[in-house]
Amino acid sequence: MKSPARPYFNSEQKSLFPYLFTALFLFALVDSWRRVGVDLPLLFERQGRENLFKFITGMFPPEHSAQFLSLMLRPAMETIQISVLGTLIAIAIGFPIGLLGTRNFSVGGILNEADTSGAPGRYALRFSIYCAARGLLSLFRSIPEFVWAFMFVRAVGLGPFPGVLAIGVAYGGMLGKVYSEIFEAVNARPLEALQSTGANKLQIFFYGWLPQVLPNFVSYTLYRWECAVRASAVLGLVGAGGLGQQIEISMRMFNFNEILTILIILFVMVAAVDVLSSKIRALL
Amino acid sequence: MIDETHGEKVVAMPWPGHMQRSGPTLANVLVTASVVALFVWSYLGSDIRLGELLSREGGGQILAYVEKLFPPDISAATLSQGLRGAIETFAISFLGTLLAVTIGVLIVFFASRNLMYSGLLYEMEAASWWQRSLRMLPYLAAKSLLNILRTIPEIVWALIFVFIVGLGPFPGMLALGVHTGGVLGKLFGEVLEDVDYQPIEALQSTGASRMQILFYGIAPQVLPQFISYTLYRWEVNIRVAAVLGFVGAGGLGQRIHIAISLFLEHQLLTYLIFIYILVTIVDYLSAYLRRKAT
Repeated sequence: MKSPARPYFNSEQKSLFPYLFTALFLFALVDSWRRVGVDLPLLFERQGRENLFKFITGMFPPEHSAQFLSLMLRPAMETIQISVLGTLIAIAIGFPIGLLGTRNFSVGGILNEADTSGAPGRYALRFSIYCAARGLLSLFRSIPEFVWAFMFVRAVGLGPFPGVLAIGVAYGGMLGKVYSEIFEAVNARPLEALQSTGANKLQIFFYGWLPQVLPNFVSYTLYRWECAVRASAVLGLVGAGGLGQQIEISMRMFNFNEILTILIILFVMVAAVDVLSSKIRALL
Repeated sequence: MIDETHGEKVVAMPWPGHMQRSGPTLANVLVTASVVALFVWSYLGSDIRLGELLSREGGGQILAYVEKLFPPDISAATLSQGLRGAIETFAISFLGTLLAVTIGVLIVFFASRNLMYSGLLYEMEAASWWQRSLRMLPYLAAKSLLNILRTIPEIVWALIFVFIVGLGPFPGMLALGVHTGGVLGKLFGEVLEDVDYQPIEALQSTGASRMQILFYGIAPQVLPQFISYTLYRWEVNIRVAAVLGFVGAGGLGQRIHIAISLFLEHQLLTYLIFIYILVTIVDYLSAYLRRKAT
């Protein structure tokens, strides 16, 4: 039991943490500085200054010929399409795996205590399914979508398709993790009530679980969709469709005015998606 | 329904949600229709071959690629390359996040309305309209600067900095710092704009200067949230730092890019394992520090 009057500061319990933290922090700082080769003057040296100047003056005025703009229309739309389908696949991956990776759905809690209490074999099976689901999700989301995209380009060829798969897998991992966190935070009473009426697991899921979590799900998924739009805009750098491809071409050709146009298009697109998704969220 | 004791008709209680179920509203129909249309448009427009993916041939392509990855290359040369790359990636993310905090904190105080021109700190002041608008100028400038920093993706910043300072991890760190600086600036600004006013008012009534109010009234309130947002962004940045090498900005990304381009699949798997370990360590570290800080 906690004592009611705990002193805020107990000088007897001096912890090593601040010293250790400071030492590690300083070590990391010095070592990183050396490894990265931080050379701030480089930014302002003649070469760097000239390049910066060339870059900034090169951006203006932004390329606005009708030809270039119409050329950009398709990649811009492709970016949106990749993000929408990628998010759909992410839901399809994240939802079932996230559900299996939910402790109170697959291992413990009131739903399972009756059928696993006397059966260690069954418990072990369920626990290993739970661990496998967790591990899979963490694998999916630890590898950046960029790397996924490059690998899928190798596996299925250039174009928007590998972009969709990359967003689907990487975001599937993130959605799955958050979904399972939301699942774990549900109020258990409706589930218990349903169970006592003899509802089976599927019924409990649809009538007890889903209504509680749906609003959170939708709003988090929409937030992820906003992120997916940003991500799919740059996946083209490795050949996975969308605006990124053009960014790389323009950068290679030193056509900085085209870069500015693309960035403006990207800004407008992201802003539009933000507005749309907050409108949908407000409807819920 | 008949009440049996009195034999009278009583009004049936509508069950919760009963009223809403009378029929779909126009708004709901429109939203559903447009969402479905968005899906169909996306499917048709981007040559997604879901059928092919699920078919034996398409799935086989991916499986064949996965099989090629195994076994991982565990020669000493690859392992030391992977370790060096992982440490470099860590260094990029660490310094990048520090730079981001610096940029974010420097800009954010100009970009929060209640510190610049309105609210409790200013309401007692009889300022003329041009003084007010003069105060708004840095606010607007700082806000739009943050927007620009944030809008340009890290990888594009990396391209730009590689052009300016040349190849290596240094442009990677700059790219992370600048983009994340914009993101943190926005997040910090939201924290600053809803601080609790009572301590500030109390300090003001003792005659504290604005600087003193900032350090003793505002900073202690916002610091824990600043730290926790920073740690959260660090988790994001470690993943980004791992791919900045794709455009020549050092770290594991560079080695991964080479491995994929030269079809060195076994090496690729080794590097992927390094990313996985690195990301997991940073996630745990950040979660631990966040618990300590808040």
